[in-house]
Amino acid sequence: MRKGVLRPGHIQLRVLDLEASVKHYVELLGLHETDRDEQGLVYLKAWSEVDKFSLVLREADEPGMDFMAFKVVDDATLESLTADIEAFGLEVTHKAAGDLKDCGRRIQFTAPSGHVFELYAEKAYTGKWGVEETNPEAWPRALRGMKAVRFDHCLLYGDELAKTYDLFVDVLGFYLAEQVLDPDGNRIAQFLTLSMKAHDVAFIQHEEKAKFHHASFYLETWEDILRAADLISMTNTSLDIGPTRHGITHGKTIYFFDPSGNRNEVFAGGDYMYPDHNPITWKAEDLGKAIFYHDRVLNERFLTVLT
Amino acid sequence: MPDYVITEQHSQQHFTCKQDEFVLKAMESHGLRAIAVGCRGGGCGVCRVKVISGSYECGRMSKAQVSTEQQQQGYALACRLKPTSDLLIECSPSPLAISGIPGLAKAKQKHTEVIK
Repeated sequence: MRKGVLRPGHIQLRVLDLEASVKHYVELLGLHETDRDEQGLVYLKAWSEVDKFSLVLREADEPGMDFMAFKVVDDATLESLTADIEAFGLEVTHKAAGDLKDCGRRIQFTAPSGHVFELYAEKAYTGKWGVEETNPEAWPRALRGMKAVRFDHCLLYGDELAKTYDLFVDVLGFYLAEQVLDPDGNRIAQFLTLSMKAHDVAFIQHEEKAKFHHASFYLETWEDILRAADLISMTNTSLDIGPTRHGITHGKTIYFFDPSGNRNEVFAGGDYMYPDHNPITWKAEDLGKAIFYHDRVLNERFLTVLT
Repeated sequence: MPDYVITEQHSQQHFTCKQDEFVLKAMESHGLRAIAVGCRGGGCGVCRVKVISGSYECGRMSKAQVSTEQQQQGYALACRLKPTSDLLIECSPSPLAISGIPGLAKAKQKHTEVIK
């Protein structure tokens, strides 16, 4: 049931070398740097996104994800969800408006999987980059690199998937699009959505809490994925796997790493969902095909390399 | 600029590496698999090695995978390791980097039983 959580809003990633990372996300993925602040944070967005930023980079001693945020419809919803999250048993911390530049107040909580999530209601609305709101052209001509359309979703590794499911479905109003079940019926992967997208956030069972698998950005076509692969080679960027297709979500995809080892995905296509659709189930014993639909074999690096 | 010889102790594989080249990249370009390849960016810890002998320089590495103390003891990520002499190294992946998916092991086991 809908609880007023709208969509993914932003992700903050830790990087070892800030300028090398900015170059990666701007020149290779094609994001736009929209601001910097006195904390040393760099704010970026993809061209079709209407708010000021969707990616925040922070230089740190170890890479990984600081948090992922979802936008909610209004401040009253933020207030009521704060109470619901506390009633669920989690501690909620408050970040004042302006703590992230041009973002309203945020609430933070740690999911049972160990990952920190945020909710917020307001962020500076700067409109799509390079196109007007009235009679807009099809796309801005000055795009670079992969020309990423939007920040789309994250895949996160951690434990306590069942309790994490309860938080996201019962409290935050996500619904289950796809899942992987082991032979005993335990859910070892859950793909959750707020929208028609096959995932807005996904979790895979892992012994250690709070691990980051990838941040994904949307491209329009398979041809764009092949062009992304060309750019990965042209720039000697660390390739993980692809171009290929997933079984789960059926998205067409390529994976690679940013200069600090955080995994990125760009993908195109994939299944759509409505809340009345039954979830899609994949069997763990067929996980090779579920993850890589063409190779149909598991890739050790894809399963174990995390930040 | 000289080429150095890198030897991995467990596999006894050895390969040459240029002074300005990362050890992991040199290994990959020789088509060898002595060291596991992960993110190649100093983040995941899969390619962690201990340098037994030789001199070297390191780029930035995740402190979660190689702490300052471990770095002083000779641990490094091969993707951030540049030799300044021949090196004898030993694979030592970070324990954080090698845990798997519990349900998957079980599924693989059952799958094998079915095949039998």
